[in-house]
Amino acid sequence: MDLFEHQAKELFAEYGVPVPTGKVAHTPQEARAIAAELFAAGSSKVVVKAQVKTGGRGKAGGVKLADDADEAEALAGQILGMDIKGHTVHKVLIEEGSAIAQEYYFSFLLDRANRTFLSICSVEGGVEIEEVPHDRLALVPVSPLHGVDRATARSIAEQGRLPEEALDGAAALIERLWAVFTDEDATLVEVNPLILTADGEVKALDGKVSLDDNAAFRQEHDRLEDKAAADPLEARAKEKDLNYVKLDGSVGIIGNGAGLVMSTLDVVSYAGEDHGGQKPANFLDIGGGASAEVMADSLEIVLSDPDVKSVFVNVFGGITACDAVANGIVSAYKLLAERGETVDRPLAVRLDGNNAELGRQILTDAALPGVEQVDTMDDAAERAAELAAAGA
Amino acid sequence: MAIWLTENSKIIVQGITGSEGMKHSRRMLASGAQVVGGVNARKAGQTVDFDGTTLPVFGTVKEAIERTGADVSVVFVPPKFTKDAVVEAIDAEIPLAVVITEGVPVHDTAYFWAYAVEKGNATRIIGPNCPGIASPGKSNAGIIPADITSPGRIGLVSKSGTLTYQMMYELRDIGFSTCVGIGGDPIIGTTHIDALQAFQDDPETDAIVMIGEIGGDAEERAAAYIEQHVTKPVVGYVAGFTAPEGKTMGHAGAIVSGSAGTAQAKKEALEKVGVRVGKTPSETAVLMREIMNKL
Repeated sequence: MDLFEHQAKELFAEYGVPVPTGKVAHTPQEARAIAAELFAAGSSKVVVKAQVKTGGRGKAGGVKLADDADEAEALAGQILGMDIKGHTVHKVLIEEGSAIAQEYYFSFLLDRANRTFLSICSVEGGVEIEEVPHDRLALVPVSPLHGVDRATARSIAEQGRLPEEALDGAAALIERLWAVFTDEDATLVEVNPLILTADGEVKALDGKVSLDDNAAFRQEHDRLEDKAAADPLEARAKEKDLNYVKLDGSVGIIGNGAGLVMSTLDVVSYAGEDHGGQKPANFLDIGGGASAEVMADSLEIVLSDPDVKSVFVNVFGGITACDAVANGIVSAYKLLAERGETVDRPLAVRLDGNNAELGRQILTDAALPGVEQVDTMDDAAERAAELAAAGA
Repeated sequence: MAIWLTENSKIIVQGITGSEGMKHSRRMLASGAQVVGGVNARKAGQTVDFDGTTLPVFGTVKEAIERTGADVSVVFVPPKFTKDAVVEAIDAEIPLAVVITEGVPVHDTAYFWAYAVEKGNATRIIGPNCPGIASPGKSNAGIIPADITSPGRIGLVSKSGTLTYQMMYELRDIGFSTCVGIGGDPIIGTTHIDALQAFQDDPETDAIVMIGEIGGDAEERAAAYIEQHVTKPVVGYVAGFTAPEGKTMGHAGAIVSGSAGTAQAKKEALEKVGVRVGKTPSETAVLMREIMNKL
């Protein structure tokens, strides 16, 4: 899960990382009130920053300076509702302006290739880190066993060529960011820019944090979830413990195993090219088992997407035998009928692997309305795309 | 021969008394693997029955090794306890730890990987979030359904469980030396490269199927390795060409970030070094079949 800038900064503040004073506004009026407070407290300028989970906000016109509360209100009015790379701005962060002397870059992240953590530090900040020349960047591996103490933090800042006057502040800040990274189970903590103010303070002027969903059992990350922005179908699927991602096509996909389902999306897209550009409508991995209930829940979610014109059930029986999967589909129809739902769009079903013959026989005997069996994954994808085109 | 897992491998199961541990211990035994015991500190001294085979439960991995001569541990403990379980296996210096558990926090995996490295890599780790390793006709450590294929001379390494099974099944008449599911998490113990190296050195493997998916750059690095070190024919498959940017597709590591980790880049890297990449899993199986028929 990625956090908004204001959430990242709230988290930073909890860990004692210096950040500018500010608050989130959802309306121009709220923006005005917050700005007025900041000016009253002595700010000479305030910043109005679009809160969207994407980069390039400044270039898109989503970050503006205001000299008084009226201007802050007007700017918030312009920025709220703006579209930045497909993200609509629903809230703005109103912050005290900072007297920036210098801008640096700092991050902790996962280094997948080296199977460890990495810190990146540079005396050049405020620009896209990809644009900073390599000899101006320090890439310092961090051991998950030994972590980052004040001395290590200072060494990282030195390797990033931060000037002497920023080192103490940066070391303290980096040490605290390490606590954010580990204690919150983050996979990314990025500060760009990290600034040295005119009066010698080191502060996080921006913040980007990604958290590990696998650590949910020991974290309280629920409070940070952006429930309003979540796709309603994804939210419903999550409640049912289904691994569902909404896409924008017309062929509903249900399969077992993440790799097989990803592969199914690809195969359906290729097949769809010959059928008016039909594409997968979703990713849905039912995992190892395929009980009637999971199958019923899955069909219900997939079919509640009005864009879905056909469904491709692609199951390879490995651990779960195909007869169990076939029985799951048959029972799912009954369960759905009990819930007052009907399967009103055609299904292409491919069962292969363990007990495939038996599974196919069960489906043949059940003669469920709208269910067609196809022997191979490629042919079934073709048929599902064809059915979707016919239903469009 | 096979790689890492042979008919002589003696397997213990960490978490043998849990539902997953029980279910898959029974399946491993049924497929002919030598499962010799289990570990659960709270149930030490008890036994578990599997259709006529009675297995002892030990308090620690160390004790299990001393008493049974085990050299493989399969880890089924829940995510909360996985880090401690793997650290224990590393401390006991078991040669192979296969971590099946899904949903392990990446900080925990980073920790036990670093721990294994610091201990001199005496323990090979496969996983986490993987189906395990099977050497058909010889042994099976994990949840791979060994009976869907037959022994043969193809080596298989894959990030995805079900695609592994699909490939094993499509090429069941030709058969496999060893199939390794390395898992789809952002940090994993054994990589494509480790498996490629082992298959290259294995006299019982003639050709290799490599299955990748979006996220990270493991496939690109594997391609560079193949160019330098692998002389046996390699066929590839990559899943996730149509996955949208920024969305995690089932596996925690399966995510395209910006322009990094795309299936297209992986396919191109593999093809550049002479690896034939199938457009679909079935086409990949056909490519491998052609190669095996020519050998």
